[in-house]
Amino acid sequence: MIAFNKYYNQFNILSISLVVISLFLLTFKGLNFGIDFKGGTLIELRSTDSKINVSSLRDNLNSMNLGDVSVKNFGNETDFLIKFEINNNKNIIEEIKVNLDKSFGNTFDFRRVENVGPKVSAELLKSGVIAIAVALTLMLIYIWIRFEWQFSLGAILALFHDVLVTLGLFSLLGLEINLSIIAAVLTIVGYSMNDTVVIFDRVRENLRKYSDIKIYDLTNISINETLSRTLITSITTLLALLSIFFFGGEILKGFSLAMIFGVIFGTYSSIYIANTVLVRLRVSQKTVLREDESI
Amino acid sequence: MLYFSKFRIISVILISLFFILIASSNLFKFENNLLNKKINLGLDLQGGSYLLLEIDNNPVIEQKIQNLSITIRNYFKDKNIRIKNLKILGQKLSFSVDENFKQTVLDTFNDKESELNPYYPRFKSHQLDIIEENNIFFVNYSTQGIVKLKTSSQDQALEIVRRRIDEIGTNEPNILKRGNDRILVELPGLDDPMRIKSLLGKTANLTFRFVTNNDQDSFGAEKLSYEDGSEEDALVSKRIILSGDNLLDAQPRMDSETNETVVTFTLDRVGAKRFGKATSTGIGKQLAIVLDGKIISAPVIRDTIASGSGQISGGFTFQSATDLALLLRSGALPAPLNIIEERTVGPDLGQDSINAGMIALAIGFVLVIIFIFVKYKVFGLITNITLILNLFLLIGILTIFEATLTLPGIAGIILTVGMAVDANVLIFERIKEELKNEKNNLIAFDSGYTKSRTAILDANITTLLAAIILFFMGSGPIKGFSLTLGIGIFTTLFSVYFIARLLTVLYVYRNKEKEGLI
Repeated sequence: MIAFNKYYNQFNILSISLVVISLFLLTFKGLNFGIDFKGGTLIELRSTDSKINVSSLRDNLNSMNLGDVSVKNFGNETDFLIKFEINNNKNIIEEIKVNLDKSFGNTFDFRRVENVGPKVSAELLKSGVIAIAVALTLMLIYIWIRFEWQFSLGAILALFHDVLVTLGLFSLLGLEINLSIIAAVLTIVGYSMNDTVVIFDRVRENLRKYSDIKIYDLTNISINETLSRTLITSITTLLALLSIFFFGGEILKGFSLAMIFGVIFGTYSSIYIANTVLVRLRVSQKTVLREDESI
Repeated sequence: MLYFSKFRIISVILISLFFILIASSNLFKFENNLLNKKINLGLDLQGGSYLLLEIDNNPVIEQKIQNLSITIRNYFKDKNIRIKNLKILGQKLSFSVDENFKQTVLDTFNDKESELNPYYPRFKSHQLDIIEENNIFFVNYSTQGIVKLKTSSQDQALEIVRRRIDEIGTNEPNILKRGNDRILVELPGLDDPMRIKSLLGKTANLTFRFVTNNDQDSFGAEKLSYEDGSEEDALVSKRIILSGDNLLDAQPRMDSETNETVVTFTLDRVGAKRFGKATSTGIGKQLAIVLDGKIISAPVIRDTIASGSGQISGGFTFQSATDLALLLRSGALPAPLNIIEERTVGPDLGQDSINAGMIALAIGFVLVIIFIFVKYKVFGLITNITLILNLFLLIGILTIFEATLTLPGIAGIILTVGMAVDANVLIFERIKEELKNEKNNLIAFDSGYTKSRTAILDANITTLLAAIILFFMGSGPIKGFSLTLGIGIFTTLFSVYFIARLLTVLYVYRNKEKEGLI
């Protein structure tokens, strides 16, 4: 049996620091919103001419007064991703096409064009925030119905931790937040909850079974009993996600990366946040028995 | 938990075979109608354009308010009430009347049988709101009035958008209403949306009006510029001789005399009459052909045209003449449309995404299968068979409903593969624990299944909740993700509790006495 409970304090301090750092990053550095949430235009280009590079493309586009233009390689040397701010010119994409053809010859294939206006991006951001809020609320209600309030608090704190730290990491690394990241965050919420609930289920079962074991040791027993399941599921999920990350193409990279972070944090938080909340609230056999009587 | 009746065993086998057959119909062609279904590929996989159009209703409201000012004046004139100081203030108008008529005016507006101000009993609201401030009346559209107006202009716009897109002839366009002032257009397989965008961006409001040289014209006049900027701006009367509504047909033609591309048009009966009259009285005058506030051309009338057909020239290329003819045939939009969101994926990127998705699925699948087999041996094999059948079930269900598969949707399938083993792992781990205290394999397996049930249910419900929220909040590709993730939960539960359990039961009954079974 691994003594997870020996490090409850240390990991609590670590988690609190991570959350504080994440909040700090989110407040002061902010998130790198993609065009879904900020509005603007995204163009994915493939060139048949390998001599064209990011800087020559950037110089060319800068001469078009597009405002803040970002140009970078996308996956390989001949694929480029161009992004710029909201532009009021309706024919801007056609003009860019003409301009690029004039400067480089007919070497570009426009593989993907996305254009999001200010109204739509504001709505998408709003509905993304609402979706996450609704998800957290529903999880709260679900766990509140299923478990005693001490457990609910533990699970919800673990959820907030996972979402905040994942977003904090995205802020730190300057990774783009787009619609698929919102999908990833919601899936993380589901996954983290799933993981926590499985351990809690065991904790409650053990609470009923043993009246003489303190919650400090009881959580540790429960964690160990469910440990191989926790690990196997995390590993298979990570295997699936890693194969999306490495082989699923550039478009799914951000999504799979967010999920990988989320699964790791979710597994960690089920052990070191959800359970320590039970310990700190001094959950005992009485907690679950009282609930049973009231039913 | 360990008992399976013969009927159940046969049902499970039949269901599995059915879904394998359905899922494989994506690869082979079946003659049978029931089987001849296929998963639809989302725009991000097959390539195509997604356009979200917003109707700018402000000009419509302003136009309506202008018309209303005339209606109000005439309406009260008939009742011998003089409307004074009638002013149009954008989307509002104001007027005043003599003190003794004030109540009559208010009553007219608030009468539920009023012809001037229709009442909508369903919404308990009039079309117009009227308020009085310092002896001045202010009239504007009520909230419900605006909603009605928006809905009707959306209906009209939808019809026109459909006609324009049908004229171009793209395959299976999807044109839907969104809210009360938006239209969603999905055009699968369309590589370059430039032409459609420019066609949808035009209101195509066509009018024929005389060019005048004084602004004392009784209908008023306005200065308009030429479309191609070839000539200086001209003063054009506001009196409309003909509008696009009078056109029956328009076609691009090559004028054999001038060797120029023109658009020929045919007028309806009313239009032909008016056109004949205007051309007979206006010989020598310039007739401006105005499209969306710009003059296309302004030929001098040389002869009376009574035939009800004519042609528009204006330095067209064959393409621009074709487009103009198309716009004129399909009619004018009630209000300008703005493209507020556009997402276009080229077909080769779509194909690349399919390939990448399939490779990721194959690799993820193989990795999970190897890992589980190494970990659980015989029971790993059972889990893996279940996993494969689970995939067939999932793809089969998507096929039956002809659901749309997107790139995130493929990610959802891969994720399902990773998370689906969870239920079996929970059961097997539990059985292992039970075996520590219980020597009888059958009892241990039975209680392993029973005791793990709540945890499995909990775990799947939480993921399902997340998927449901995503389904309702997400758009396009993300919806595809939530769909595969959500359906994956049901197929996982079915395959774990029916297929995997059946296989487990068959194996355990044969090895009742064996120790260290799992």
